[in-house]
Amino acid sequence: MATADAAHHDEHHAHPTGILRWITTTNHKDIGTLYLLFSLTMFMVGGLMALVIRAELFQPGLQVVDPHFFNQMTTMHALVMIFGAVMPGFVGFANWMLPMMIGAPDMALPRLNNWSFWILPFAFTMLLSSLLTAGGGPASGWTLYAPLSIQGGMSVDMTIFAIHMMGVSSILGAINVIVTIFNMRAPGMTLLKMPLFVWTWLITAFLLIAVMPVLAGVVTMLLTDRHFDTAFFNPAGGGDPVMFQHIFWFFGHPEVYILILPAFGIISEIIPTFSRKPLFGYTTMVLATAGIAFLSFIVWAHHMFTVGMPLAGELFFMYSTMLIAVPTGVKVFNWVSTMWRGSLTFETPMLFAIAVVFLFTIGGFSGLMLAITPADFQYHDTYFVVAHFHYVLFSGSIMAMMGGAYYWLPKWTGHMYDEKLGKTHFWLNTIFFNITFFPQHFLGLAGMPRRIPDYALQFTEFNVISSIGAFGLGLSQLLFVYVVIKCVRGGEKASDEVWEQPRGLEWTVPSPAPYHTFETPPRVA
Amino acid sequence: MSGAQGSYYLPNPSAWPIIGSIGLFTLLLGFMLFLNEGTAGTWLMIFGACVIAFMLIGWFGTVISESEGGLYNDQVGMSFRMSMLWFIFSEIMFFAAFFGALFYTRTLAVPWLADTDLLWPNYEGGWPTAGPKGPVPIDADTAVANPATQFSTIGPWGIPVLNTLLLLSSSITVTIAHHALKQNARGKLILWLGLTVALGVVFLYFQAIEYHHAYTELGLTLGTGVYGGTFFMLTGFHGLHVTIGAIMLMVVWLRCLRGHFKPDNHFAFEASAWYWHFVDTVWVGLFVFVYVF
Repeated sequence: MATADAAHHDEHHAHPTGILRWITTTNHKDIGTLYLLFSLTMFMVGGLMALVIRAELFQPGLQVVDPHFFNQMTTMHALVMIFGAVMPGFVGFANWMLPMMIGAPDMALPRLNNWSFWILPFAFTMLLSSLLTAGGGPASGWTLYAPLSIQGGMSVDMTIFAIHMMGVSSILGAINVIVTIFNMRAPGMTLLKMPLFVWTWLITAFLLIAVMPVLAGVVTMLLTDRHFDTAFFNPAGGGDPVMFQHIFWFFGHPEVYILILPAFGIISEIIPTFSRKPLFGYTTMVLATAGIAFLSFIVWAHHMFTVGMPLAGELFFMYSTMLIAVPTGVKVFNWVSTMWRGSLTFETPMLFAIAVVFLFTIGGFSGLMLAITPADFQYHDTYFVVAHFHYVLFSGSIMAMMGGAYYWLPKWTGHMYDEKLGKTHFWLNTIFFNITFFPQHFLGLAGMPRRIPDYALQFTEFNVISSIGAFGLGLSQLLFVYVVIKCVRGGEKASDEVWEQPRGLEWTVPSPAPYHTFETPPRVA
Repeated sequence: MSGAQGSYYLPNPSAWPIIGSIGLFTLLLGFMLFLNEGTAGTWLMIFGACVIAFMLIGWFGTVISESEGGLYNDQVGMSFRMSMLWFIFSEIMFFAAFFGALFYTRTLAVPWLADTDLLWPNYEGGWPTAGPKGPVPIDADTAVANPATQFSTIGPWGIPVLNTLLLLSSSITVTIAHHALKQNARGKLILWLGLTVALGVVFLYFQAIEYHHAYTELGLTLGTGVYGGTFFMLTGFHGLHVTIGAIMLMVVWLRCLRGHFKPDNHFAFEASAWYWHFVDTVWVGLFVFVYVF
């Protein structure tokens, strides 16, 4: 969006223009823009799928879609949002901001960077077109549990191969991020001077490289069980369907931190700026991030407490999961302490950041409830779980990205966004979000199961409220798209600093940031 | 941190990545159709593989000529080295998933299945096993009369131990070649690197013989329950990686013949050697946990 005029730069080589520029680009800003646009598109696609789900759940009984299609929607909504909206969105932020934040001329491996992005549209073509095959798309839930996924049609194969492609994209992207951070910092930019967004991405990239191959491995086993006669998940051959869950969640739990750590990074940039104070407890923030990453590898089986595990396993995974509350609590207290006695103003990015701190903490607490094994026997696979992960993923990851978009849009485009519309979007988004998801806590505690298109009559009222909220939430995102487009096309000229004395190298370059920044590395005091 | 000699090399816009994406997509689409009896599957797979090969040759060719043209400074070299190490780490995690499956089934799933009387009360468990409905294991390296009821495994002290020695010696030969390169002893370099590739190829040949033996005489196939699955997936993916590593070393060997690489700067050699040591280490894990124990 920002670099639409690449004219004022670059004498060393001619660049292709038009669509070819975007296909062949090796510029981190171009690639960041591609990632962000892709993420926004997938956010809308996944959102439409969510609205199909909420339309069906508006009333008890089956009205809108048949149950099989409903299952395809729950499966696809999750896959599209996780792999299409949230992960690429954060990579877009990483591409735009990391080189600027550490004073590098670009990402370390620019051509590989292009490939990381350009695998994604192909992967999602494969995934989304599976909806058109005979028998429809994958309907086993995004977790693809065996044996259900083994019994599915060719759409499951398409999903497996799409996941392989997304995995290649993520691993290559993560390698690029790590190498950029380790090898491309400006002189004087020591590790403990890096902005927290850089730190959170460093750790996220490590998690990605560690677990995406495990996901690739487990879906490969699924493929061979489906077509090559192996028996990994078939007890008749000595295998075990529960093993799928173990390997999947060994990937899956670090994955949820992959989805949230960069969000922590973004709000750790926003809150100090609008509190006009440095981030409170910077070193503990770094350590807490590393601690969360470490713990993420030893908590996976809390996703499967009800599957039948030895008592020792249940206890271990319960206690290790609860430990995560410690570093996460450190972070929440640090954000609050940063605001404490700060000179606060409430521009749109700050509103989003504060809402993230507040709402993510609700999601954290419901997560703590779910971590209690005996309680989880009641909550497992209910709408309580759905409410929990939307509080951490929507009002954590996605709202942090929205806040980050408002925060850096002036730097990307050179124009201020429309503050009034931004605030309107914030309030509509946040209110409708809570209308959608807060009632789901009650539904879950009362026993309404997730991933079912119909429900008992006593759940009607809360479902009606939730569905109304969902449509409001969906519509309010159109305002977000409008604000972004309006900001790209014009608006009040942004200054280089944009905000009041924000910290970070990105604010030392002009707005919009020139096509190439820091060809000569800045010296960091 | 900044460039030691000149600035960091930022490549021009490139079409190789999109060609790679098209190749990858076509290959996987073809594979998917092949698995589901689609008619065009095989041809799409071949086409996709050719596109990927074209991309690899073109992309690496570009990088090689840029490197030989002196466009890269030390910092670029460091980026390449770091990324290779992280790539190898991702490969280790890929194998970890399959080793995890092996350990989980052997130590947890199979004993639990044997302990419960609900499904198959007469199932004894043990290892190797093809599960309660699969063929029954007999002594290792014994020809099987009826593969539907019996299977045999490959004992460690025949070809596997020989293969272990082959790969371990190839790690030594590649190290000798590396020292030769550092001392600029080109003849020695070419000899020992060539020997490394040869050892890798012999390893693959033995592995192929072993697979043939397993399928035709021992009744051991991918479908031989969880033992066959873990055995062939682990050794198969390892064999694939040996193949990739051998191709990498072969390309490096050809480049050595053309006089590429300097004693103090030879990233492609180092990367291939690291990859080769990784493949070697995985084999040691396989030999211990798949064949011996």
